[in-house]
Amino acid sequence: MSAFTLTVNGERHTVDVDPTTPLLYVLSDDLALRGPKFGCGLGQCGSCTVIVGQRAIRSCVTPMSTLNGADVTTLEGLGTVERPHPLQKAFIDEQAAQCGFCLSGVIMTTVALLNQNPRATTPQIQESLSTVLCRCFVHTRMLRAITRYAEEKRA
Amino acid sequence: MTPPLSRRDFLRTSGALVVSFSSAGALAPFVFPSTSLSAGGQGQFGTRVSHVDPRQLDSWIAVNADGTVTGYTGKCELGQGMLTAQTQLVAEELSVPVERVHIVQCDTDVTPDQGTTSGSQSTPTNFNEANLALAAATAREALLNLASTRLGVPVNRLSADNGAISISGDAAKRVTYGELIGGRKFALTLSRTARRKPAAQWTVLGKPVPRVDMAALATGRFEFVHNVRVPGMLHGQVVRPPSVGATVGGVDDTSVRGLPGVVEVVVRKNFVGVVTEKPWQALQAARALKVQWAAGSKLPAQRDLYDWMRRQPSRDGLVVDSGDVDRTLNGARTVLKATYLHPYQMHASMGTSCAVADVRGDHATVWSPTQSAYPTRSGVALLTGLPLDNVRVVFTRGSGCYGINGADTVSFDAALLSQAVGKPVRIQLTRKDEMAWENYGLAYVIDQRIGLDANGAIIAWDYDAWLPSLGGRPGYDAPGNVITGSLVGFEPAGVSPRATTPPSGTLRNGSNAAPSYVAGCIGTSCAGAGTVKSERVRTHTIRSPFFTGPLRSPSRLQNTFAHECFLDEAAASVKADPIEYRLRHLRDERLMEVIRAAGKAANWEARPSPQSRNTRSGVARGRGVSAVAYEGDNGYVAMVAEIAVDQATGRITVTRLVVAQDCGPISNPDGMKNQIEGGALQGLSRALGEEVTWDDQQVTSIDWRTYHSLTLGFGVPVIESVLINRTDVEATGAGETAITIVAPAIGNAIFDATGVRLRQVPFTAERLRAALG
Repeated sequence: MSAFTLTVNGERHTVDVDPTTPLLYVLSDDLALRGPKFGCGLGQCGSCTVIVGQRAIRSCVTPMSTLNGADVTTLEGLGTVERPHPLQKAFIDEQAAQCGFCLSGVIMTTVALLNQNPRATTPQIQESLSTVLCRCFVHTRMLRAITRYAEEKRA
Repeated sequence: MTPPLSRRDFLRTSGALVVSFSSAGALAPFVFPSTSLSAGGQGQFGTRVSHVDPRQLDSWIAVNADGTVTGYTGKCELGQGMLTAQTQLVAEELSVPVERVHIVQCDTDVTPDQGTTSGSQSTPTNFNEANLALAAATAREALLNLASTRLGVPVNRLSADNGAISISGDAAKRVTYGELIGGRKFALTLSRTARRKPAAQWTVLGKPVPRVDMAALATGRFEFVHNVRVPGMLHGQVVRPPSVGATVGGVDDTSVRGLPGVVEVVVRKNFVGVVTEKPWQALQAARALKVQWAAGSKLPAQRDLYDWMRRQPSRDGLVVDSGDVDRTLNGARTVLKATYLHPYQMHASMGTSCAVADVRGDHATVWSPTQSAYPTRSGVALLTGLPLDNVRVVFTRGSGCYGINGADTVSFDAALLSQAVGKPVRIQLTRKDEMAWENYGLAYVIDQRIGLDANGAIIAWDYDAWLPSLGGRPGYDAPGNVITGSLVGFEPAGVSPRATTPPSGTLRNGSNAAPSYVAGCIGTSCAGAGTVKSERVRTHTIRSPFFTGPLRSPSRLQNTFAHECFLDEAAASVKADPIEYRLRHLRDERLMEVIRAAGKAANWEARPSPQSRNTRSGVARGRGVSAVAYEGDNGYVAMVAEIAVDQATGRITVTRLVVAQDCGPISNPDGMKNQIEGGALQGLSRALGEEVTWDDQQVTSIDWRTYHSLTLGFGVPVIESVLINRTDVEATGAGETAITIVAPAIGNAIFDATGVRLRQVPFTAERLRAALG
């Protein structure tokens, strides 16, 4: 066990865990966050995506040993029910979910991409989502919400 | 097979109900005190008798002291929008704002037993003239009667609005629901004469009300079962067999004794699991645990599956048989013959299945994402040996399931592990454990023959199918139908071979085994959607090497793929336009109308397939149509697909899907569109890439690299929905319609574009390239 310090959604936390523990386990178990989810544990589906610094990472395969001092943002760190992030608001406006389990993957991946490159083209957005899954296949609405947000961002 | 008793038939078999209720807490519905009432009998949903009496209004609706309304339902939210739709239903009938209605779903302590949330049955069950709908109408009537007494005017001078009742034309004379009955019970039975609001007066139902859970989902606030945390909770993992049918020879628990956090190694016959303090520790311990396994029997070779299926002993069924099919085919001008093949596919939920169980002493509570709260309760009681009445299952939302994913089995896992340690245990399966052991959607081999007369009309249709089956939903007494129950020694439902018996009664095309184009006659009763009189539909169910179970549009999807492609083959053979040729052989007006509507919306050009412009190089474009009357009469849908085929690579790009749908009165048009769009794309993923694979020992499609689901980046087609809203008929299901007709629409479009007919799903680029030659 080792102590690690993390800033998660603006709050500092110190946790004492096995250094091989993936970040996702700390977020959902030790910190009881609901945004990032275990989908595959293999970094293949996107459900566990969080933003560390500027980059979207797959928290299910990122060990704590690589993250001491990291600044982590999760889906709930973007916005609240009362004051959603503009992309979350676009998802709400487009009713872009069915079961909703995949939303961390879709939203966090897109936010990170458009933060780094506000002028990202539709093919670039598509490329960044090419390893993100939604098994309810709400693709049409999600892409509509993302387009709406990307256009706002460019404007 | 015996065509499985259609889910609808099952619902219609009703038996005696036991009247048993007492008043419990102020807001809880009628609940029988916790004593033995698990004996026999059957409820109205093909269910066992439950302690929540569905005939009592208080079992469904409560008006709280603050005037808010609570609805209790046995149909739960699986991502399909049922929570919002049921909220709308109660809000509409009671004239209260949506925000003042709270729905409690599928909790065996307080909600009526409505069996399983499946089979596109939630809308027909709760949105027509019975159950939740009747309860809401009864409550409205009761509130008006109470107000009539209170205000001293007849009911016909009263109107309800915004949670209160006032005298028409004199809004000052007003009484709120809270004042009338808040916090107290109605103590009424459901009134068969209570009338629902006519659809023409709806202001909440029938409208695109936003989903009540959307903001919480989008901002990460929503509590899934994965987020349930109970004080003192431990974490579990299971160790599944390394190959199908392997059995435990021995477990060396010293292999994990030194690992951090290990609390217990649990072994029950072939069920093996570990319990630890933290979830990551559970994974480490499960990996490290040394188990000796005795190998199971070899699996049939995947490349030989379809021939192997034909060779197995089978349970045979006849859905329809006019007795003259061979004779008619012998006399036909032309006979077409083809075999269609469909692979095993899986639910492959986005999140692996998770449950939390708290089994202490002689009581158990399980937080479960199951579609079947009451049956799961019964299964947990059987597995733990606890009295049924001491087990509570609280439905808590999981990842979208699309049928029986790992939700039931993981609930059993959690209960077994918790019972072993006497503390609450949470378990979320690994991706491999989810995918390697779930109850797969059925593989199918379908032989068909069509006879054509001199005018090109179909005069005979012969259908012969082989399908594998093992296990399924556990129901109330068969926990062995899923892996966990089977590992602890409960037998899964298998297949006892049996020769066929002639069909009787009236055709209920619950599995869509009979093509839409046949007359569906049994004796003098003809219930088919079509006109072809010489008809035979035979099925042969064999024992599956893998667990099987309902996967969104079970059997209906596989059958419709075969029917709708083969119909197109017949149309092409006589150079007929595929839409005109369909209409020529149909008589069901609702089915015909959705086909016309889809064609119109897609600007369908009437001409035979394949299109004539094609040369065997470059990109070829084409369009295809398909349609179905889902389960015979539970939703009508047609689709036009437009595609492009890169003939060098065999790669298919779907550019546009136009869907026309008639599901009776629409509860929420945006919710229905969401289901159409999701169903269409899930159907596309299943048509283009999804297939369960295995070697001689075990399943090898165990993650997202080996099981191919279309990602968010795949190049999504335009989807256009045409909703036909009929308020003069009963509401039907809408969750399994669009998905049923995607593969044939794409298959027919491939043929239209290239002249090549693919008769095997999935339509991979390799398969199409090989067929293009």
